[in-house]
Amino acid sequence: MTIRMPRSELIEPVDSETSESLVSRLEAAAQTRLGRSLAIRHVNTGSCNGCELELRALNNVLYDLERIGLRFVESPRQADVLLVTGPLTRNLRAALEQAWDATPEPKWVVAVGDCAVDGGVFKGSYAVLGGAGLSVPVDLTIGGCPPPPARVLAGLRTLLEANAK
Amino acid sequence: MTAANCIIRSAVAEICRPWLRHILSHDEWTALAHAAGAERWRLLAHWADMVQSHALFLDPDAETVVPVSTPVEAGHYPALSPILPAAAWYERMIHDLWGHEATSAADLRPWLDHGHWPHSPPLAARSEPRPSGEPPMLSGPDAGEAMVLPLGPIWGQVDEAAHLRLTLNGPAIVRAEALLGFTHKGTLTLMRGKSPRAAARFAARLCADATVAHAVAFAQASESAMDITAPPRAVGLRIVMMEIERITAHLDNLAEVARLADARAIRTHCSYLREILLRASDSAFGHRLMMDCVVPGGIAVDIAEGGPQVILRALGDIASKLPAIRRLHDAPALSSRLIGLGRVDREQAAAFATSGVVGRASGNSFDLRTVFAAGYQDIAPRCTVHADGDAAARQHLRLREIEESIRLIGAVLDILPPGAVTVQVPQVSGEGIGCAESIRGDVWHWLRLDHGQIAAAFARDPGWALWPLVERVLEHASADDIDLIRASFALPASGMDL
Repeated sequence: MTIRMPRSELIEPVDSETSESLVSRLEAAAQTRLGRSLAIRHVNTGSCNGCELELRALNNVLYDLERIGLRFVESPRQADVLLVTGPLTRNLRAALEQAWDATPEPKWVVAVGDCAVDGGVFKGSYAVLGGAGLSVPVDLTIGGCPPPPARVLAGLRTLLEANAK
Repeated sequence: MTAANCIIRSAVAEICRPWLRHILSHDEWTALAHAAGAERWRLLAHWADMVQSHALFLDPDAETVVPVSTPVEAGHYPALSPILPAAAWYERMIHDLWGHEATSAADLRPWLDHGHWPHSPPLAARSEPRPSGEPPMLSGPDAGEAMVLPLGPIWGQVDEAAHLRLTLNGPAIVRAEALLGFTHKGTLTLMRGKSPRAAARFAARLCADATVAHAVAFAQASESAMDITAPPRAVGLRIVMMEIERITAHLDNLAEVARLADARAIRTHCSYLREILLRASDSAFGHRLMMDCVVPGGIAVDIAEGGPQVILRALGDIASKLPAIRRLHDAPALSSRLIGLGRVDREQAAAFATSGVVGRASGNSFDLRTVFAAGYQDIAPRCTVHADGDAAARQHLRLREIEESIRLIGAVLDILPPGAVTVQVPQVSGEGIGCAESIRGDVWHWLRLDHGQIAAAFARDPGWALWPLVERVLEHASADDIDLIRASFALPASGMDL
């Protein structure tokens, strides 16, 4: 009895050009699909707590920040993003600068809320310097008083896209 | 007649609607402080203007509020703090903002002024430019090899800015000292010279989780000063907003405490329910937190068409989930963590004039809604009191208050009269006080109008009573519990930083 060998076609060597292009596409996809995660450290520079309330809402099941790779961390040393809320008060300037110094490069600064953008309604007070940009370089601003969570989420997603590229 | 009342009766009085403000000499002021201490009056607030120092007392027996003032002579007035310890932080604040020094005060260190303002004192008639330099904020380190744990001003995950310095002996906290003023935004200066309508924006931004309560207290103070009253429909809708605010804030607090105690299910439920109520208030009032919705003379805009139904539907969802949340709360996993944690006894709470959830959870039944707050008489709010004084009692009380607030909103919407929601605001002079029961306790606003513009103002947030109390409570606690204790007190910062 003889065992019949399958009559499969002979395997040709792969086209190296195609495989290389596939590898590069996979890497790019992985970078955008899997490599997009940012750790956020929230820095309060004098907020009335309104922006904090809306930021806390980002953790509820309807927004669920972590499903898109964003999470709040407790130390600026673990952070990629400093998320600044509130008008920059004179009493908190040093704290913001210390947090910025402690955040490793590459880092982003996002100013959330009208106050962090330019001082908001507190512009011109003796106790307030203005927006966060007066003390640290701001990469993204998200306006509103306070901005609803959906708007904060949209802003942070643009940051994710930019970070993935 | 009691001693305190005798002193007041004999004094000259000025109109400070709805009460009379009594002008006392320095001796009478000190005598009143002694009498107030003996007769268990509550010191509700203590502030100043350019020429006088003011205090606001509550006479619990007569259920009346007593504003008193004493002149500031050569930059000095007699201190209340040696007699009434709760006055100490106010005196430091008065010194920082107005430059008046309390003679023989218990503590003269700066409070709000961290040495960074370009000129000081900012609210004095003559504000001087001053050299930079940091004043001593905290008392020196304890003798010996004590370990000091500094927390903040940037702390927690998403939190307010405040600093707490703990002296530790192993894991036990020996001494806790709070330092606030980081978020001082100069709100009182910004209010000055503006019309009440324009200044309401600042009152609404004193403390965002109590934005409606602050806005209502401020609006009432302005209305009292102008001797007008808000239309009944506006009064009703203010109550709806205040109670929605209470429910959302209590849900937020329940979620936060659950997060810190690793009770995921409660956190998920509460934060979800909070979100649907915020969305309902967005569609009913046009703002998720209802910021700027209350203005002097009424409310900014009437409730939207179909708004009451949207709110009632969201409240129905919350009411149907409450029994499940309460069951989860009573399960041993969480309750064993909270029972006995951060216990406040009745005497302590009374000494710092603590009201709100913390006061009521330790047996003090004071609730502004049952006495002074406008519009509540028709719906008869029930004030729940707990005797245990620990974190478990506070969380239980929050659940009960959510239930009661749901009932109150339904009752107000049932009898909501039609009509205008705002009245014309006249350009007059006058002085007034307003109050509201916020999520943490009683909020008081005082202001003086000069031809329709604010000449002087002050806002008292319940934080003034909570922080000194927490300093005492932490002294017996474990350092591991600090976040949980802090969350169960719902400590504010911005509201008292002004």
